Amino acid sequence: MKPYLREKKTFGFNETPENTAFEAGYLVMVNSGWRSIRPVINSENCVGCMQCYLYCPDGVISIENKTVQIDYDFCKGCGICSKICRLNAIEMEAER
Amino acid sequence: MSITARDLCRDEFFYGHKACAGCGGSLAVRNALKVLGRNAFAVLPAGCMSAVGFNFPQLCFANNAIISTFAGTASMLTGVEAGLRAKGITDFTAVGFAGDGGTADIGIQAFSGAIDRGDNILYICYDNEAYMNTGIQKSGLTPFGAKTTTTPSGKNIHGNIRPKKNMFEIAAAHDIAYAATATIGYMEDFLTKVQKASEINGTKYIHVIAPCPTGWGVPVSDTVEIAREIVNCGLWYLAEYENGEFTLNRNPKQFTDVSEYLKKQGRFRHLTDDDINLIINSRDEKWNKIRKDWKFGKD
Ligand SMILES: Cc1ncc(C[n+]2csc(CCOP(=O)(O)OP(=O)(O)O)c2C)c(N)n1
Ligand code: SF4
Ligand code: SF4
Ligand code: SF4
Ligand SMILES: [Mg+2]
Repeated sequence: MKPYLREKKTFGFNETPENTAFEAGYLVMVNSGWRSIRPVINSENCVGCMQCYLYCPDGVISIENKTVQIDYDFCKGCGICSKICRLNAIEMEAER
Repeated sequence: MSITARDLCRDEFFYGHKACAGCGGSLAVRNALKVLGRNAFAVLPAGCMSAVGFNFPQLCFANNAIISTFAGTASMLTGVEAGLRAKGITDFTAVGFAGDGGTADIGIQAFSGAIDRGDNILYICYDNEAYMNTGIQKSGLTPFGAKTTTTPSGKNIHGNIRPKKNMFEIAAAHDIAYAATATIGYMEDFLTKVQKASEINGTKYIHVIAPCPTGWGVPVSDTVEIAREIVNCGLWYLAEYENGEFTLNRNPKQFTDVSEYLKKQGRFRHLTDDDINLIINSRDEKWNKIRKDWKFGKD
């Protein structure tokens, strides 16, 4: 379970909810444009300790079978994961 | 039992939000919800976490979540809990995430009332030590010496002239069922306390330090580090209150350098040696009391 991007992104005046309730986890835009640097995993150094996953404020790191994956649509490039990793398995590289 | 990264569910309940890069508050909300799971009903008052989480149609909570009035976190939690109970729903947690201003200043009356009634709610204060969402004004939890837009630093006055309110002990003084302090820098400790609180019947309060890189003047990559240092240098402590007793969870043999902690942050950079000595003295006074009066427990 996780908020995810939807097809329908814009709402006309007549479609906006009349009360304050709406579907949970409804995303219409990514955050990747905020980033000037991006985390890149060096899987040779990674031991799957999950500390980067635990401390990512945006929850964009997932680890399956010791393989670290980053959802670059929503990573803001803060660099916390890179600092927290004791094995230097995450390097921040400039976005182009 | 202590919660580690491996114990957390893979679900993400706070995702795609618009918090600044490296926001400590968003990390606290994200992980607390991962402990509480799908049946958490979250209440968020005015403040950064509601502002970054609900921007129709970008709605970043996967679980049930609602914005309350600024002052009304606890009273809305009371209503949410009673409403769910009236509907016959039993397996849920009514959890609030309020800022320091929303908790120690404007929301304190509603919170005090909820503790007085013993309502079965979990109130989490993410403390970034100022009113961040409106542009860094001083709150009752802004520490002595911090520069904010309402406590500027100049020739005569060096930032905030008042000490930080002791919200943890204010909650405890109500004889609350459970209260704890935490920091996002020691995540396992925080999450273990969230888990423990969720299993206790009655009112629960967790006060978690959640640095704001924007308001504190630290790099966005350093939020977690600075949230560890505040504990290591003794300006924050990890403790619990339960059954009428205070327990200190971590008793550092030696504190790290306070001035090093302060000088890393833009909000404290103006402090003089005299100011810093005042801060060190009040830290030592507090720790003398803690070590005299509180039990020592496991980390
Ligand atoms: C009654 C009322 N007064 C003032 C405001 C404006 N306001 C919105 S958020 C906010 C600051 C919240 O500070 P805090 O509770 O510390 O949370 P943070 O933004 O730091 O996360 C203020 C003053 C409001 N929404 N309602
Ligand atoms: S912190 Fe480093 S070693 Fe640990 S899982 Fe992440 S990348 Fe791998
Ligand atoms: S750079 Fe920040 S947002 Fe991106 S994966 Fe690392 S911790 Fe998460
Ligand atoms: S201003 Fe501070 S608390 Fe608010 S979203 Fe940005 S980093 Fe988080
Ligand atoms: Mg605040």
